[in-house]
Amino acid sequence: MTAIGLGVIEQGFLWGIMVLGVYITFRVLNFPDLTVDGSFTLGAAVAARLIFDGHDPWLGTLLALVCGLAAGLLTGLLNTKLRIAPLLSGILMMIALYSVNLRIMGNKSMLSLLRLDTLYTDFAAMGVPGEWAVATFGLLAVLLTSALIYFFLQTEVGLALRATGDNEQMIRSLGVNTDTSKIMGLALGNGLVALSGALVAQYQSFSDVGMGIGMIVVGLASVIVGEVIFGNGSLRRTLLAVVAGSLVYRAVIALVMQMGLPTTDLKLFTALLVVVAMSSPLIKEKLVSRQKQRGGNQDAVARWN
Amino acid sequence: MLSLVGIKKTFNPGSVNERLALSGVSLKMQAGEVVTVIGGNGAGKSTLLNSIAGVYPLDEGRIWIDQQEIQQMPEHDRAPFIGRVFQDPLRGTAASMTIEENLALALKRGLRRKLCWGIKAKDRDFYREQLSKLGLGLENRLTTRVGLLSGGQRQALTLLMATLVPPKILLLDEHTAALDPNTAQKVLELTEKLVAQHNLTTLMVTHNMADALRLGNRTIMMHEGRIILDLQGEKRQTTSIPDLLEMFKKASGQSMVNDRMLMVAGE
Repeated sequence: MTAIGLGVIEQGFLWGIMVLGVYITFRVLNFPDLTVDGSFTLGAAVAARLIFDGHDPWLGTLLALVCGLAAGLLTGLLNTKLRIAPLLSGILMMIALYSVNLRIMGNKSMLSLLRLDTLYTDFAAMGVPGEWAVATFGLLAVLLTSALIYFFLQTEVGLALRATGDNEQMIRSLGVNTDTSKIMGLALGNGLVALSGALVAQYQSFSDVGMGIGMIVVGLASVIVGEVIFGNGSLRRTLLAVVAGSLVYRAVIALVMQMGLPTTDLKLFTALLVVVAMSSPLIKEKLVSRQKQRGGNQDAVARWN
Repeated sequence: MLSLVGIKKTFNPGSVNERLALSGVSLKMQAGEVVTVIGGNGAGKSTLLNSIAGVYPLDEGRIWIDQQEIQQMPEHDRAPFIGRVFQDPLRGTAASMTIEENLALALKRGLRRKLCWGIKAKDRDFYREQLSKLGLGLENRLTTRVGLLSGGQRQALTLLMATLVPPKILLLDEHTAALDPNTAQKVLELTEKLVAQHNLTTLMVTHNMADALRLGNRTIMMHEGRIILDLQGEKRQTTSIPDLLEMFKKASGQSMVNDRMLMVAGE
């Protein structure tokens, strides 16, 4: 397998955990949560700082997850208790986290982890061939996360969470405190996003204060592309489609970079991709109705003949 | 059972849109009593039901269910006592979830939800049995997404969900108004069946005067946020629709202006 192919798989899995987080807030909870841009970097910063200071990378990753949970919890509190609109709650947290992230990284915009032990060096030391360490670890992590989400969303609490995103009035009349479910969903989603940030920082051996910019759009692109291509018929299928969407997104990015698109244009390209993917149901509908019209004419012609 | 004392509610107080919705409503309902509520547009019927359910805080007044005072409780804390069906069939069910998932949500109405499996095997048999009573063939479609059902099917499902665990009081807010006449009739029959089966204390808003007199054992009429007529017992049995219209005129000083009500009254 070429290095590019392996890179796509590695990135697809590691960022895939972020995509699962976005799926929870954006799709399950129906909450356009922009905290993601900040919490991805938060996870990276926390893990990088702890590893940089000589702590265990597993501890750093775990703490990154916990910090992400806390960030999501705060967004949820802003929205539910202080009644700030969903979009604005996320934006406020995103901006606030920018400063927090800089602080965590010791007021440096970048923290390098070169030649330091990470999860992957630990994992490779367990006997996985070095070249495959990241991909194997990523696969295990994304499978475990998907499985946990799959089971969680079918528990009583998980059903209530889904119903909160679907029909708030109805689930409140059935006795669910929707404030609590929103806070829980946002915490969970951002926890996963931060975990992904921690894994990515260790993968690329640095944490950068700007690495989360546009992460929500990347997450959306992956969720939507995955659902459009692989369908969302059942919960299991949707979760797999979302992870597959992350792989497809990385493959498309690798492809256009191969074709000579400069890295600086990536965000523009990602935004366009989301526009195309989001409008695809409408475009499909238009095409089908046009085909039907044409088909109707053909039938008429056939009758005359 | 249910008692309301001096309930007042004004929307948008102090603004140009200020609207007095309830101006001191008091009502006492016995256990098992089925009360129909009629009145023109903006009479406060829906506000009355929403106030009992706790959708918004009251300006004044108190509400008891049995011995418990509930007017301070948030909506979700009142769920153990109250089952609701809304006018819009889309509002009572979660469209992206399956029939069995919706029923599982209803089975836990007002109970603590835990991290255990949402739908258990033994629940499924119970759901099938309950669904088969609707006579819509839904018992074979447990894993169908509710969004694929028709409005009537969804309303029947909402009704089943509201009574799956019998509530202390059932609130029906013109729950057949958005359905076609045939479906409305079926849903109404189902309502009667479920109410009788569980002997439910019920408060039902309707715009259909014939239904209002035929169903249940008491009829109240509302106008401008007040109960202006309370019919029960023998007097109610001898009341006809024209009588009702006449009573409205006398009590409110104007004729019933709601087109829908006139139409139904003329049938």
